[in-house]
Amino acid sequence: MALRFEVVIVGAGPAGLAAAITLARAGVEVIIFERGEHPGSKNVMGGVLYRHPTETIVPRFYQEAPLERPVVEQRLWLLTDEAALTLGYKSMTFAGEPYNAFTVLRARFDRWLAEQAVAAGALLINETVVEDLLWEKDRVVGVRAGRAEGDVRAEVVILAEGANSLLTQKAGLKKDGINTNQLAVAVKEIIALPREKIEDRFNLEEGQGCTIELLGDATKGMMGTAFIYTNKDSLSVGVGVLLSSLVRRRLNPNDLLEHLKSHPMVRRLLTGGESKEYQGHLIPEGGYRAIPKLYGNGVLVAGDAAMLVNGIHREGSNLAMTSGLLAAKTILAAREKGDYSAANLAPYREMLAESFVLQDLQKYQRAPFFFDQNPHFFTLYPQLLSRAAREFLTVDNVPKGEKQKRIWREITAERSRIQLAGDLYHFWRVMG
Amino acid sequence: MRLEDKLFLNRYQTDKHPHLRIKDREVCRHCDGRPCTFICPARVYVWNEGEERIETAYEGCVECGTCRYGCAHDNIDWRYPRGGFGILYKYG
Ligand SMILES: Cc1cc2nc3c(=O)[nH]c(=O)nc-3n(C[C@H](O)[C@H](O)[C@H](O)COP(=O)(O)OP(=O)(O)OC[C@H]3O[C@@H](n4cnc5c(N)ncnc54)[C@H](O)[C@@H]3O)c2cc1C
Ligand code: SF4
Ligand code: SF4
Repeated sequence: MALRFEVVIVGAGPAGLAAAITLARAGVEVIIFERGEHPGSKNVMGGVLYRHPTETIVPRFYQEAPLERPVVEQRLWLLTDEAALTLGYKSMTFAGEPYNAFTVLRARFDRWLAEQAVAAGALLINETVVEDLLWEKDRVVGVRAGRAEGDVRAEVVILAEGANSLLTQKAGLKKDGINTNQLAVAVKEIIALPREKIEDRFNLEEGQGCTIELLGDATKGMMGTAFIYTNKDSLSVGVGVLLSSLVRRRLNPNDLLEHLKSHPMVRRLLTGGESKEYQGHLIPEGGYRAIPKLYGNGVLVAGDAAMLVNGIHREGSNLAMTSGLLAAKTILAAREKGDYSAANLAPYREMLAESFVLQDLQKYQRAPFFFDQNPHFFTLYPQLLSRAAREFLTVDNVPKGEKQKRIWREITAERSRIQLAGDLYHFWRVMG
Repeated sequence: MRLEDKLFLNRYQTDKHPHLRIKDREVCRHCDGRPCTFICPARVYVWNEGEERIETAYEGCVECGTCRYGCAHDNIDWRYPRGGFGILYKYG
């Protein structure tokens, strides 16, 4: 006889754990399979964790969860090979309750979040890969785990397996598979530095944190971003680019990371640091139009497996948690009726559509295609902006009016007025 | 810093059974550009010119999945390492 649970969850990341906590608290028998030695041991993010969505799962989590630093400042750097145009926002309101965001290390945070699920009554099985779904006709009725007597039957299965969504694809929920222009590959290094050094170099009060997002030369002009985030006594330094552009440019992700680390604006921030870990992970970047079928008979998909990532705003963990929560709520409603057919799970998509999750992704639905087709936003424009800034700031007795004309001439030499107007119009349509 | 030294920082629980397998070696011989040899964050795949084959140093794999999607001919039989094996992040 196969084991039987009401709900099986595949993957103990933010999506799976948010669902598990919600279900277990409502008294549902739930089992979570995680392939890592412990939750988080396979997981990577920048990582900025947002306070509000996390609190919808665990109120006041920041009083006990393993967090690195509250983020009080966010900076944006547009790099050329030897210069940077910078922008930022810092506010002391982010330094205390209710907080806005924290930097985290996933190997520690996920493990803690999983403990909350277990405390609520969920059963967590580590070191176990779910290899397949069990079907009866067109209904998912359980999973096959990679261990002896690994079949587990369930009323409903939540696929929260992350970006490399093997089971979601195999189940036919993402029929056309995933293309290289729907995935970013990211690498990241943990670089240890003493706390005081971090606080001095990044202009931070004790315990506070900041994030830097870098564009332009940081990705060698490829669609993507690089980042430097402050942890307690280390920095997370990484870069992520669209896989299709990496293939086209024949570049290696680690070479990109080394390129970033040696940039004159970055090098000094890292000096004397000691590398502790090197990581790689995929980020689903296909956006709204690449979202798979989100539910079927006896199955729901949440988080990265469902492509729920807002790359433009560097948001993923919050969409994962929110979708996990809504998947759980859908199951609780279906449980009342004792029927987990697709028709009864359809409210999942409706609830996602009413939330920021699908609304944000829908708002930016043209962005992935647009930036893939218009690479000059990552190559030419950072260059032009940087040159314009240099021209404007160089004091050389040239009247300012003449400087403005020069800048305009330089810009229009690269892009005609009509192209510029078109770029501006389309950029606005895509982002606005 | 060299990539080999970076991978050396990581903790792995190496499985004796490789989790990555080339489906058809003939396909690699004619593959245009062999993207697997540069897109992989851990440079697991190396083209052996003499033997005309892809060598797979699966022990350094960080299990991102990039090669599965980036292989020009869907020629990699990609599985997760068995439960508990493979990369073991301390920080993540
Ligand atoms: C470099 C990088 C930087 C990022 N930065 C940010 C950021 O700053 N802020 C932010 O909000 N988001 C960020 N993201 C995105 C964020 O990490 C994801 O959106 C989020 O982790 C998705 O959660 P998830 O639960 O859906 O998937 P995951 O976190 O990937 O969890 C999936 C889990 O399932 C397990 N699993 C997979 N397959 C199986 C199987 N067959 N059997 C058993 N277990 C399985 C995995 O081991 C894993 O634990 C970043 C991502 C990357 C890669
Ligand atoms: S990309 Fe695929 S087909 Fe080409 S060499 Fe690599 S494994 Fe072989
Ligand atoms: S999964 Fe990632 S690290 Fe492993 S071989 Fe493929 S590309 Fe390289």
